[in-house]
Amino acid sequence: MANTAPDIGTDKVKRGLADMLKGGVIMDVVSAEQAKIAEAAGACAVMALERVPADIRAHGGVARMADPARVEEIIADVSIPVMAKSRIGHFVEAQVLQSLGVDYIDESEVLTPVDTNHIDKHEFTVPFVCGAKDLGEALRRIGEGAAMIRTKGEPGTGDVVEAVRHMRKMNAQIAWLTTVGPNEMMNAAKELGAPFDLVKEIAATGKLPVVNFAAGGIATPADAALMMQLGCDGVFVGSGVFKSDNPDVRARAIVEATTFYKDPEKIGRVSRNLGEAMVGINMDELPTAEMMQNRGS
Amino acid sequence: MTVGVLALQGDFREHIAMLIEIGVNAVEVRTPEELDVVDALVIPGGESTTIGRLATIYGLIEPIRVRCDSGMPVLGTCAGMIFLASSTTEGEQPQLGVLDARVRRNAFGRQVDSFEADIEVSGFDSPMHAVFIRAPWMEKIGSDVEVLAEVTDRQGDTHPVLVRQGRILATSFHPELVGDTRLHEMLVALIDEA
Repeated sequence: MANTAPDIGTDKVKRGLADMLKGGVIMDVVSAEQAKIAEAAGACAVMALERVPADIRAHGGVARMADPARVEEIIADVSIPVMAKSRIGHFVEAQVLQSLGVDYIDESEVLTPVDTNHIDKHEFTVPFVCGAKDLGEALRRIGEGAAMIRTKGEPGTGDVVEAVRHMRKMNAQIAWLTTVGPNEMMNAAKELGAPFDLVKEIAATGKLPVVNFAAGGIATPADAALMMQLGCDGVFVGSGVFKSDNPDVRARAIVEATTFYKDPEKIGRVSRNLGEAMVGINMDELPTAEMMQNRGS
Repeated sequence: MTVGVLALQGDFREHIAMLIEIGVNAVEVRTPEELDVVDALVIPGGESTTIGRLATIYGLIEPIRVRCDSGMPVLGTCAGMIFLASSTTEGEQPQLGVLDARVRRNAFGRQVDSFEADIEVSGFDSPMHAVFIRAPWMEKIGSDVEVLAEVTDRQGDTHPVLVRQGRILATSFHPELVGDTRLHEMLVALIDEA
């Protein structure tokens, strides 16, 4: 049968993988062993890292892309998609990750940024996910070629308050845009600091053109379900799984709570006897200078 | 007439939108009770290991198998195809085993190899625009399985990517991502035949 030549690296294909991750949980892992635990628990993808955000915070210093050997090990050991983080603006780390065969790159504020410019993500075949605190930031990243957005939240804290704030803000701004008339549209783009064409598109459709996950501080099944009820398409769990007492059981519980996010009885059932969640840092006690969410904007 | 979409994980909302577009009552299915009321089922794209694990925990495998055996029409796309099949080349994972086929997961490669292309489908007047995302293909299909479309890989070998076995339809690609409703219409037509 005649087929046309295949097109790779298109927006459709990049955004499409994020569509397949919806309703799922993406878990941070630092070894092939953790990746297998995450896969067996029902994670829809894993994020390969050198250290989880809570440890990056504790360790201090410059946080960089993970060791390629570590990433390759994880790719070899699981069948689900493998993501990895590059520093904001570090397009060579991104080139390396693409050459390793990672399925998604997270240009992430969890690592130490190298530039005020983000990576030109259109140049890559591999898709990118980026963090955002509000709609303007999300649309700037999409304008640069991001195929998936996540809330920034405040990584490595186990406090979900910032993810909630970012999601609510984005929802409110999208709702507001749908009420903006044609003669106010350019001013709206100026206020948001966002590309005009994307602003027009959101005003017409009332939704982001890419999948939007929750990330930053999710530590319990109820946290995951909360973010889903606020309208996220799925959740990233960073330090929340492997910095807890009982990673395997907690991972399974968060996966189930994400699927049955509207069913409090099931969320309650999976939340029983999970042991200690990650210890966490209360957002009120975190100095502004130590906030990762303010990196890149 | 009600068509269910298995809503454990994946792009089930896109399938619901397609079904609504062709004027069908579409509902999300997460429990055996929700399965009871549907006349046909769509199993969406997503991660087959995630969907399989949740289906096992929530007791959906046997009820779906029983409904398929008694002639309920079903359409599985990508992860849905893997879930319907009898085995994978990679080893054990929860599967319904109602489609007589061995499936190779991520057969075309990793995400950087994901692609879109127009493919010819037997019985269709015009090609389908097909999006393949870390897509599987079928190997060793049974004699009851009819191949409706295939794709040639880089080595020049062809592989089935759209098949029908009785009232079971399975695709490697994602019609729900491009708004082509023809396979969903085919699924609904199979209800009428039942």
